[in-house]
Amino acid sequence: MPALCRDCLTSFAGGARCPACRSPRVLTHPELTSLSIAHMDCDAFYASVEKRDNPDLRDKPVIVGGGQRGVVSTACYLARIHGVRSAMPMFQALKLCPEAVVVKPRMAVYAEASRAIRAMMEALTPAVEPLSLDEAFLDLTGTERLHGAPPAVLLARLVRRMEEELGLTGSVGLSHNKFLAKIASDLDKPRGFSVIGRAETATFLTPHPVRIIWGVGTATQAALEAAGIRRIADLLRWDRADLVARFGHMGERLYHLARGEDHRRVNRDEKLKSISKETTFFEDTAEADILDGHLWRLSEQVADRAKAKGLAGRVVVLKLKRGDFQLISRRHSLNEPTQLTDRIYRAARALLDQAGARGPFRLIGVGIADLAPEAEADLSGDLLDPQAAKRAGAERAADAIRARFGRAAIIKGRALR
Amino acid sequence: MKLSIERGTLLKALAQAQSVVERRNTIPILANVLIEAEGNQVSFRATDLDIEVVDRAPAMVERSGATTVSAVMLHEIVRKLPDGALVNLTEDAASGRLTIAAGRSTFSLATLPKEDFPVMATSEYSSNFSAPAKVLRRLFDKAKFAISTEETRYYLNGVYMHTATGEDGPTLRCVATDGHRLARIDAPLPEGAAGMPGVIVPRKTVNELRKLLDDDEATIAVSVSETKVRFATPLITLTSKVIDGTFPDYTRVIPMNNTRRLEVDASEFAKAVDRVATVSSERSRAVKLSLDEDRLILSVNAPDSGAAEEELAVAYGDERLEIGFNAKYLLEIASQVDRENAVFLFNSSGDPTLMREGNDTSAVYVVMPMRV
Repeated sequence: MPALCRDCLTSFAGGARCPACRSPRVLTHPELTSLSIAHMDCDAFYASVEKRDNPDLRDKPVIVGGGQRGVVSTACYLARIHGVRSAMPMFQALKLCPEAVVVKPRMAVYAEASRAIRAMMEALTPAVEPLSLDEAFLDLTGTERLHGAPPAVLLARLVRRMEEELGLTGSVGLSHNKFLAKIASDLDKPRGFSVIGRAETATFLTPHPVRIIWGVGTATQAALEAAGIRRIADLLRWDRADLVARFGHMGERLYHLARGEDHRRVNRDEKLKSISKETTFFEDTAEADILDGHLWRLSEQVADRAKAKGLAGRVVVLKLKRGDFQLISRRHSLNEPTQLTDRIYRAARALLDQAGARGPFRLIGVGIADLAPEAEADLSGDLLDPQAAKRAGAERAADAIRARFGRAAIIKGRALR
Repeated sequence: MKLSIERGTLLKALAQAQSVVERRNTIPILANVLIEAEGNQVSFRATDLDIEVVDRAPAMVERSGATTVSAVMLHEIVRKLPDGALVNLTEDAASGRLTIAAGRSTFSLATLPKEDFPVMATSEYSSNFSAPAKVLRRLFDKAKFAISTEETRYYLNGVYMHTATGEDGPTLRCVATDGHRLARIDAPLPEGAAGMPGVIVPRKTVNELRKLLDDDEATIAVSVSETKVRFATPLITLTSKVIDGTFPDYTRVIPMNNTRRLEVDASEFAKAVDRVATVSSERSRAVKLSLDEDRLILSVNAPDSGAAEEELAVAYGDERLEIGFNAKYLLEIASQVDRENAVFLFNSSGDPTLMREGNDTSAVYVVMPMRV
């Protein structure tokens, strides 16, 4: 059976230890050299970057997240031992692990590390599909001749290089499709490398609960539970038609995924569906001026991103979370796509006014959806708002100034609220 | 209540009632029509709380009374009965049902008590006048395509009916706009309409009103207050709340100094726009007009799908001009022209363009250009 030493990258015929370096970190699998779809997920990415940059933190539980009111972005493995999890409210995390060091996220630094990792991955294959800063799918099909080594070796080399050059660890899942590769990368974290071959796909999946399927959240899980479906094995007993009849589009997906079938390609540029930004307040607020200031800044961030991506949105979305966590979401369809802060803000503002004074709110978010290329954006004016063209011109001019002299070179007074 | 009525008469009376009823209702009684029989007449009343319609029809009333039944179901039953049938409506107070019998068919429908039916409060109308159906039909028909559907600008979701001073004196004027195009239609001010408050007539009311205006010879009694408007024929009364908002000052929007003048056969123009727009991108539908000495070139260039071009002989004697429009908007305004040539007045490629029929200023349209 083909085997690979994850430390010295020696390939050999099998055994518990590497014949070259005696390392026990040996990967053995009958399909090791024939699988080529991988998922790479960094281990506690933000926290690992912080530990790397500040060695004092190495042996302490570290939580990356924002403020008293914020939530945990990432907890290091030491903090996870205490039960701290991502997306947990900070106060709860600190109750579980009072000695944790809380670090504010430094997104720019993480983005830099992410870029470096991505460059390493792109040296292996052009088919890299990032899911976020710290994880990506890779399709290494057909790269063996080019690199002179099978995908498994390339991946082991990738994570070794990440450790050596960036001081960051990652876990790899290797399989024959995206669905299984993603599951595999999670099996043996941190510093893991798991393989799910074609032969054992069915036996591997059957005993697992349905929530292992990507996209099955609490709601779907409850709906499945109501139908008596808890494990993948239960799903296998259902006809495809019945699943579709009961769960619609999701049923179709479940039918195939339960059988380990996933024909999605690893897409270099997964098409963006929406652009949104949100912020959680330090304390709940219903004050119109404060909300308005946030609304403007968020609209600006959304517009900036749309402009950077050459995209525009036909629908403006406003999201509000009330103090009691009730979520309010409102959408407004524009007559044509826009990428202008001014138009996004005005539409969001109208939605906010209509949502009424049902505050106080703990979160506000603005987004655009139904995206279109920027060539189709902002082509027509508004008869009833003759100033709109002037404001659009001013915004484009301000953008040009910022591009040259930096983001803070010119801002709207409204952004200071 | 017990009455008999000719099927055709009943169907006509119910048609309007059932179209006012909203299909999705949270209040059950709003799905019903209130039937009231007295003397030799029966009336059908339906409402969605914003609009109320009362339709009256002659009937042989044996026993007067009133009840309510599902408007849609009653309408469907009557629609499916054979033409010329005599329909008997009998209310059985004991079982709470209304029996509909015609020939060999018998139906019985559940009723709800007439006391629960919300009757729109009568109000004082500050202005009452009558206008020929033909005049109102033109005012609303030519304006309604420009009504906005945008809920955030709810005050544009209707036709602004008010009095104004046109070129030939005082007028009854209807204006609608969605911010991209605007229609301003005038008619000579009917006697008694002076001093009428301006009201925004909601889209649904405009559509319901339209059904009263088919008869060229009919005269419509119009009553207006700050909050309500009523249109009545001898048999039908349509009462509606008006949109509570301020219609924007549209006069600023209508360009007065556009000098570049294009005259073109409206139907040829519309056909050509429609042809070239076939290749435009589904959503933006941008069409470019290139004008030069008595020549108009319509073109579309959609990188993803293709290109199209068509030349038209027109009357144009001003400086060269290239200007883009949404094809749908151009088609809609061009289709309003039915007698003479369409006259377009342009300023620049970024300014609103005005369109009218010949030199007739009683119907003008404004359309915003698009960058192409």
